[in-house]
Amino acid sequence: MSPKQNNTTVFFKALPKNIFSGFVVSLIALPLGLGLAMASDAPPISGVIAAVIGGILVSILGGSHVTISGPGNGLVGVLLGTILTLGIESAYAAIICSGALLLLLGFLRLGKLADFFPSSAIQGMLAAIGLIILGKQFHIMLAHRIKREDTVDYLFEIPFTINDAIHYDNTGLIYAALAGVISFLIMIFYSKLRNKYLQLIPAPMWIVILSIGFSYYFELVAHEANPIAINYMISGIPEFSEIISQIPTVDFSKIGTFPFWTSVLALTLIASIESLLSIKAVDKLDPEKRRSNVNKDLKALGLATIGSGFLGGLNVVTVIARSSVNVNNGGSNRSSNFFHAFFLVIFIVLFSTQLARIPLPALMAILVYTGYKLASPENIKKIFRIGKEQLIIFFVTLIVTLKIGLISGILSGVLITFIIHIVLNKSISLFARNWLKPNVLMFQEDGHYYISVKHFCSFLNFYKLKAKLDAVPENEDVIIDFSLCQFVDHTVMENLNNYQELFAKRGGHFEVLGLDLHDTDSEHPFALRRLLPVPNVIKNSLTRRQTTMEELANDYNLDYNAKKEKQTGFLNNFIFFRVKQINYIYNQTINKNNGLKLFDIEFSEGEFIAKEVVRSTMLHIKLNKQIPEFTLDREGFLEKVYAFAGFKDIPIKNHTDFSNRFYLLGEDTQAIQQFFTDEITHFFESNPYYHIESNGQDLLVFGRERLASIKEIKALYDFGKRLKAVIS
Amino acid sequence: MTIKPFKTIGIGIAFSPNLKANIFEAARLALFFDAKLIMIHIGAQSDDKSKTINSILSSFKKDNLKYEVVFKSGNPVAAILDTTNKKDIDLLIIGAAKRENLLKYYVGSIARKITRQAKCSLLLLINPSIDRIVCRHIVVNGLEDPKTEQTIATAFYVASKLKAEKITIVEEIKPNEIAVNVDDDKSLRHANIVRERISNRETSRINHIIEDLPQEHTNTIAIKSQPIFGTQGYSIGHYAQISRADLLVMNAPSKMTFWDRLFPHDIEHILTELPTDVLIIQ
Repeated sequence: MSPKQNNTTVFFKALPKNIFSGFVVSLIALPLGLGLAMASDAPPISGVIAAVIGGILVSILGGSHVTISGPGNGLVGVLLGTILTLGIESAYAAIICSGALLLLLGFLRLGKLADFFPSSAIQGMLAAIGLIILGKQFHIMLAHRIKREDTVDYLFEIPFTINDAIHYDNTGLIYAALAGVISFLIMIFYSKLRNKYLQLIPAPMWIVILSIGFSYYFELVAHEANPIAINYMISGIPEFSEIISQIPTVDFSKIGTFPFWTSVLALTLIASIESLLSIKAVDKLDPEKRRSNVNKDLKALGLATIGSGFLGGLNVVTVIARSSVNVNNGGSNRSSNFFHAFFLVIFIVLFSTQLARIPLPALMAILVYTGYKLASPENIKKIFRIGKEQLIIFFVTLIVTLKIGLISGILSGVLITFIIHIVLNKSISLFARNWLKPNVLMFQEDGHYYISVKHFCSFLNFYKLKAKLDAVPENEDVIIDFSLCQFVDHTVMENLNNYQELFAKRGGHFEVLGLDLHDTDSEHPFALRRLLPVPNVIKNSLTRRQTTMEELANDYNLDYNAKKEKQTGFLNNFIFFRVKQINYIYNQTINKNNGLKLFDIEFSEGEFIAKEVVRSTMLHIKLNKQIPEFTLDREGFLEKVYAFAGFKDIPIKNHTDFSNRFYLLGEDTQAIQQFFTDEITHFFESNPYYHIESNGQDLLVFGRERLASIKEIKALYDFGKRLKAVIS
Repeated sequence: MTIKPFKTIGIGIAFSPNLKANIFEAARLALFFDAKLIMIHIGAQSDDKSKTINSILSSFKKDNLKYEVVFKSGNPVAAILDTTNKKDIDLLIIGAAKRENLLKYYVGSIARKITRQAKCSLLLLINPSIDRIVCRHIVVNGLEDPKTEQTIATAFYVASKLKAEKITIVEEIKPNEIAVNVDDDKSLRHANIVRERISNRETSRINHIIEDLPQEHTNTIAIKSQPIFGTQGYSIGHYAQISRADLLVMNAPSKMTFWDRLFPHDIEHILTELPTDVLIIQ
């Protein structure tokens, strides 16, 4: 346990950073809020209202630390149906009721409810939501508004819309469609461009800025009317004063009807699932490794949803993409959520007239991209790799969700999963007999926790295992033994993998035993397992770069290993990876004599639409002595911006050139200043720039955030060798 | 505290393929405890049956095994219980079977009925064997219950008679005893402190019980105390299974209410799964 800190000072010290990241988040929240609301057929401002109310209430009452709350993409499908069947005024009533149910779930401590849904079924449901969003908005993105009965019809209509768009002869429509297509391209290619100035503003805000700039260009420079057709511009953004004076009426008259309550149930179900999944994912990104109080968060979200509903806003949920942007920009506590709401209010107060200059297709391009990400073929491939049976679950859920509705969809997913489990095990009694048995035993032996699981472990009874696992601090050692367990399903394997990552990040150890005898249908680590012996053979062929690296390794007398390696615990202590997920390292070149290790790494930053997968080549140097922890990088404009947000550059005396060109960060200023002797400082001054990080015992050195060429690898290796010589 | 020594050992026998193994086990135990063996058979008496039993027991003649065969008719459960009372049996052995199919499940159900009603101690054998399997490790429950003291004392008595090497006393810590809900880091720390405290309290309670036991039962055996977190009564069976215990010693169940039968728990679960041989102390 850390010594008692003065919480107030810590809070105020972190405040500038949180204001900054709250600002960045508000940049992405504004276009998303407008777009999500319009996609749900609600007034555009309702999405922003949800984000503001959510940001304020959840930041004050919530139990998580770095999450951002606002209107969620998962809810678009349900809200669309709700507003269509009930009308907007009764829909507000349904939103309020679902908020009340969410509040109730929080009080009944039912945060664990989301554990009862099989992962593949949830994936299928999310993909269906993605398709609903994509199908509906794709047409608007190409300036081709249509109205169809069935959600599936929208999807089938896509080729016709594309065909129509190519043959437009109305300039207004051409410009509108162009705005949509360009915005869509921005969404796609934004994450591929790793320029830090460009990345300072999130892609959705670029779209907003560019389209507003475009509109001003025509008005102020060209003195023409905006060429985009007027009915494809955002309409109905009220002035701030109007929002307050024109709170919509809420119509509770349909409260006794059946469709009302199915809508409320669907809203609650999706809101809670989306929030719980997001909280779980964001907890993994939290640099301070805190645990979120899920039930407290549910209560806060419920209350915020009630408030939002009364003020004419949508459901408030925890959202993954915005939360990950928050973490990446240095958000460290709930105040960033508050400031994201605060800046949204400022935007609306100052710029509500400018927002009307955004073309609708541009905004909908953001949503099409969101929908595409939810239903991306990548996800399907991933599920297929886990096992064919998961694909069945996925598609059954997807199709039923599209054809009938969300609740039927998720229920059919649960049902088909259960049936598949019975078929795979050729036994119903395994489940029937043992479902309610307390099948998990935990005890402590010589300093570690031992957990044994009997019979079977699937989504049906995972909550029992989870309750035990949650009671273990993440910096302890845990062993889970499945040798008495006949069947472990994919949901459990995936969740265990999450725990494994969490424990590894927080300095604990999490080991799964007793699955060696179990059979799988695929080699994927999340595949479900049945008890049966099976041999497996893995083949591998090397690429050209890999063979060159192998030659290089032979040349330099190093060991080379091309295989993907998931054991990356040695990287967990580096600050660089605190808010990043390491997927794996590969192409390792190791020098056993001097502790130098070169490797390619794949890691990801952010989640969902803000997700960026990065591959890079890095050098890890094991030192023989303790040095202070620090991060050293090239000084640039961005660092000066960060400096305002509370990041401090440590100056080294008598080396103004070094201090000007390099950006040095660390906790222990004195020790770092002592460590940077003349010799070391000169070494850095006279060598190429690298990002260098020390975690006390090891150094991490890398150049750019992309894979290095063979020549660059040689240079990096040489730099590392000399750096080590200088330091020790 | 007084330990009730096992002076008379009873066994219910049927002429099944397991007959020889069951009788061998019972006879060996009778010799270990220096007790008289009473074999109860539900069915008509015949010379054939007596002869079979005598021939099986012939290998124990040289050890001066005292035994008696009782033939009874009627409802097996009632008849066995009746004989137990009349003959003053201290330990009743039942050759149960690990649950696999319906037939064995039925045998298990007789054992369960007897367990609920018997007034003597009960030993359920899951794997009767003709050759002796040495009993090395005994697991005994350390529940906070008035009966526990008696149970632990008897476990040590049995262990010393069977020359077991190790006794593990398992304290089951109920989840509801840790009255803290784990939500976040703070409550988790709190819960762990509470757990530690309960764990220490339980260990000291068990140590008190052991201190009061006769020296000759405790000084030749390795004693381990293990707190576990799980569902009472069930998890100890699970523990016995993974720690590969040879014998699990348990308190007799307290009075069953209607609800207990509807929602099986405690000893009921152990009886349906029988992880090891189980000795239930009355």
